[in-house]
Amino acid sequence: MSVAPAEVDLPRSADETVPDKPWVTIVWNDPVNLMSYVTYVFEHVFGYPRPKAEKLMLDVHHRGKAVVAVGTREAMEHNVEVLHGYGLWATVRQDK
Amino acid sequence: MEMFRPTRDGGASVRLSAGEATLLRTLVVPVMELLSERDGGRVVADARRDEDEPSRVLDDLEQIFEADTPETPEDPVLARLLPDAYQDDPAAAGEFRKYTESSLREAKKYFAQTLLDTLPPNGGRVKLTGDQARDWLRALNDVRLMFGVRLEVTEDFEDQLAALSPEDPKIAAFEVYGWLGAVQESLVQALAR
Repeated sequence: MSVAPAEVDLPRSADETVPDKPWVTIVWNDPVNLMSYVTYVFEHVFGYPRPKAEKLMLDVHHRGKAVVAVGTREAMEHNVEVLHGYGLWATVRQDK
Repeated sequence: MEMFRPTRDGGASVRLSAGEATLLRTLVVPVMELLSERDGGRVVADARRDEDEPSRVLDDLEQIFEADTPETPEDPVLARLLPDAYQDDPAAAGEFRKYTESSLREAKKYFAQTLLDTLPPNGGRVKLTGDQARDWLRALNDVRLMFGVRLEVTEDFEDQLAALSPEDPKIAAFEVYGWLGAVQESLVQALAR
């Protein structure tokens, strides 16, 4: 199984260079995925304790989406790839 | 049916009837076929896998250097199984897809294959390691996603089912979908203990 190669994140304009805004992994609500399953995936993939995993799952469920991880673009893209493997609807975005 | 129970080594086990084993096999195969399909005329790297390994490496390279950026699959089920990683940025989504879609397809087929390989052909006891159980979870989830998209299920799927007329041919599919949810739920519970 291959992993996404690291991408060089070139700034597009000067104002994007400072300060470095972190990237986030977002999980979106989905009518199919079981609540228990989503909680389990957060625990297993991110190593989050059960209460944190449950809280994130409920945020996804009630608010339609939740930020489940913050970090480098490369790490967030890796998360998304793993979450897509689990069938969760996940996206990457630079934090606002 | 009997539900999954945790095993001492962190796995899970269940006894399936011959009918249940056949049903699971019948449901997983179309997901694998869908994942092997070409989409939008683009050759999926896996297509020549059976011939020889080196050609696969070349396929991967071909894909990476391909001028066109792959687009979101047109089939709504494939689009759900292989979703865009960037929501409002088609260029970034295409770039991500270019590097990861074929390995995601391979991963999903691998999970489905684990399920097929561990199913007793005529029913009986299924005993899964933790890793195999997580492959089952993902394979079952992909089947449920396929049903969910095709049936346009909502979070109130029980109400949707109740609202169908008794002659509606979709009833059987809704019932299978509900059954798959119960199987997956019991597997999650067995692993989460």
